[in-house]
Amino acid sequence: MVKSVKKTAEKAYLVLILLLLYVPIALLIISSFNASERNKAVWGGFTLKAYGELIQDEVVMGALYNTLLLAGGASLIATLLGTLVCIGMINMKKHFKSVIMAVTQIPLLNSDIVTGIALMLLFTRFADLSFATMLIAHVTFIIPYVVLSIYPKVLQINPSTYEAALDLGASHLYAMWKVVIPDIMPGILSGFLLAFTMSLDDFSVTYFTKAPGLNTMSTMINAEYRKGIQTEIYALSTIVFIIVLLVLFIINRRSEKLYKLKQESGVAL
Amino acid sequence: MKKLGSMLLAGPYIIWMVLFTIIPLCLILYNAFTNTDGNFTLDNITAITDYVNAKPLFLSLSMSLVVTLTCFLLSFPLALVLSKYSKNKNSIIVMVFILPMWMNFMLRTLAWRLILLNNGFLNKGLGILGFDPVYLMNTKAAVILGTAYDYFPFMLLPIYNALVKIDKDVINAAKDLGATSFVILKRIMLPLSLPGIISGITMVFVPSMSEFVIADMLGGNKVYLIGNVIEQAFNSGYADVHLGSGLSLSLMVLIIISMVIYKLFDKGEGGHGIW
Amino acid sequence: MANKLIELKGITKSFGDKTILDEMDLFMNENRFLTLLGPSGCGKTTTLRIIGGFEMPDSGKVLFEGRDITNTPPNGRPFNTVFQKYALFTHMNIEENIAFGLKIKNKPKSYIKDKVKYALKLVNLDGFEKRMPDSLSGGQQQRIAIARAIVNEPRVLLLDEPLGALDLKLRQDMQYELIRLKNELGITFIYVTHDQEEALTMSDTIVVMNKGYIQQIGTPEDIYNEPQNAFVADFIGDSNIINGIMLEDKLVEILGTKFQCVDEGFGNNTPVDVVVRPEDIVLTKPGKGIIDGRVVSAIFKGVHYEMEVKACGFEWLVHSTVLVEPGTEAGMWIDPFNIQIMNKPESEDEEIFIEE
Repeated sequence: MVKSVKKTAEKAYLVLILLLLYVPIALLIISSFNASERNKAVWGGFTLKAYGELIQDEVVMGALYNTLLLAGGASLIATLLGTLVCIGMINMKKHFKSVIMAVTQIPLLNSDIVTGIALMLLFTRFADLSFATMLIAHVTFIIPYVVLSIYPKVLQINPSTYEAALDLGASHLYAMWKVVIPDIMPGILSGFLLAFTMSLDDFSVTYFTKAPGLNTMSTMINAEYRKGIQTEIYALSTIVFIIVLLVLFIINRRSEKLYKLKQESGVAL
Repeated sequence: MKKLGSMLLAGPYIIWMVLFTIIPLCLILYNAFTNTDGNFTLDNITAITDYVNAKPLFLSLSMSLVVTLTCFLLSFPLALVLSKYSKNKNSIIVMVFILPMWMNFMLRTLAWRLILLNNGFLNKGLGILGFDPVYLMNTKAAVILGTAYDYFPFMLLPIYNALVKIDKDVINAAKDLGATSFVILKRIMLPLSLPGIISGITMVFVPSMSEFVIADMLGGNKVYLIGNVIEQAFNSGYADVHLGSGLSLSLMVLIIISMVIYKLFDKGEGGHGIW
Repeated sequence: MANKLIELKGITKSFGDKTILDEMDLFMNENRFLTLLGPSGCGKTTTLRIIGGFEMPDSGKVLFEGRDITNTPPNGRPFNTVFQKYALFTHMNIEENIAFGLKIKNKPKSYIKDKVKYALKLVNLDGFEKRMPDSLSGGQQQRIAIARAIVNEPRVLLLDEPLGALDLKLRQDMQYELIRLKNELGITFIYVTHDQEEALTMSDTIVVMNKGYIQQIGTPEDIYNEPQNAFVADFIGDSNIINGIMLEDKLVEILGTKFQCVDEGFGNNTPVDVVVRPEDIVLTKPGKGIIDGRVVSAIFKGVHYEMEVKACGFEWLVHSTVLVEPGTEAGMWIDPFNIQIMNKPESEDEEIFIEE
């Protein structure tokens, strides 16, 4: 009896939080179909007008393009640098390692606004703000996430497997590529994903380091949300939501399979 | 040979971090301690104690504490229930709760604008139900709500991850030794998920402490946080790089101090070295 | 006679569509060392977890001294469990770990202190109070797990493969420790293992399980010397399991040769399984035994030689302290008393009738 009450309470709590999380997003999406321009809380009829305008709007589409390019480029660079340093740390002296890890913590503990301002001070001193400076800024603040995702995997590496590969005649590079990299691959992938997400989501760092006229989705919304293209932004949110849903669904399908495989090959009950 | 190899691998990262993390911080330091003429001054540092700056700082501090507490109180029970239902962090049910994190941060905030505007969805709904409207837009409550909503997943995920890692048999052992659900929660689940709680609190507290754009969107110019002050110092007609740097430095130091205090306090509570 | 301490009645348990336990009946007496033995997936751990209260049976009852405790949660049962991977509380020191159960029962401080000290002494870890679990070796952690359970003075101690993670030498030491502990404490131990040697060494009673069914219950000697079916014979120790036909009482035909035996009541011309332990085969000069064969291989095993002898188209496993060179002809003689006759199971899942 008590158990079923508890279960119901648990489920009710889950539903409550789900509502809190999704009602705002649902309202965004519904608003994109609402023909009423002034007040989205009043239904003015169904329309797809915003979607048509969205596709043709160079400001919005440009921002979307910049966001993806920036996130893709920055997370690739960050993943590359992060992976290299993590592998490098395998054979490093302990105090050197801890210095590197301490430096890695700096952008994490610094709030985004300070990171953004610090980079802006550097850039404006030596160059003009451009896409390149935005890229550098993004790499800088997402790189700790990559390192912190990969580093635990590096610690778990069994040194014998690497040595076994050498023993079987592999060169250092080949052993690294065939043995070490696959071992830390899950960390690399999740680091990349996390970095990509952080870059997509960023406002503060971009805000301070962006070139005039170059916008990401976040800075574009910040500049435009009070103006007339509101409905287009809501339409954009529908598209973002669908993309996110699809990506997560694909990731989930893959990892679910992996998880099942692990479960089945693992210890029986 | 081996050492050279590892230095070569770490080299690009080290150079990157020096160029783009350490040097920029030095620039902040330099600017903070100089005035426009390039002379040494402490004015920019002491500026934080001026009423116009101290008030927003205090507001930021108190509001981020409320936001962090709200996130924790909402997400700990949720993480408990989730960890019971699913051991796999990539399972649908867990994903569903994290998914809003992947919606753009500004879109999420914009959604709350739609809800809280004086003639927005909230008051529309209240009207239908026959209640009086509430005017939350441009209040602290609105900013707190929006910030908590934005950072909620960052609290949930680390706590969930920590809870899932707890061996089921450890809980069984506590039950076996006579512990009630409450004792298990207090003496086993809470202390064992402490690393997750700490990183959750850090991940919510630090960014909300320096928040300025949510305050802009949901607080109008009624809620003026230290983040807004710093932003104005760089991006307004009265831009003062030195003052801005000084305030940034103060904010940075304050955040570091609060994390250190928090860690000390946490150790005193009987937890052991985590982090 | 001895009173039934715990009784399982018609216990059935499935996970998903997989049936782990099927209508299991079992009882255990006071002050015994009972071992649930079987390969992984046989249902032994599930049985233990049902007794401990960590799993609910789908149907059936758990009785303790005749009282139904099926729905009693673990913290309401006078049992304590030693878990497979110790399940120590890593955020508490050893003293706090051991005192955990006593503190919950609101025992006085001095009592707890004495008890912890006593428990540590019992497991030979005096002075470890302030250490953290992470700083201990696997064997030490295991002792702490045992100490943490026994300070609560349970009527029954449940042990789930507690020695599985330890290395061989340590495992053997701990086996003796456990026997000593059981004798000092005078309580019932229910022990789960897949290691037949461990089971034979420690137990008063062994319950051999396979695929959710009890195959045989008996003393270690019973189980070893008189396995009731081919599964038990094969699982416990090495054995030769051969198809045979029971011609009449006390006479069995194996591979075309008639052997005297001591078993009766199988009927005439019944197909049976015949078990002969390798150490029960005596190698003789050719012609002097019951059948002749040729030694195919011989390996020195320390105490004895392990040889394979091909005779009548079957490779017999033979243990002997005397080496017969491979390639040599040899005779084999088996004492009728050492030929164990078993009914063939009717189906794979057949439940073996248990004699009380």
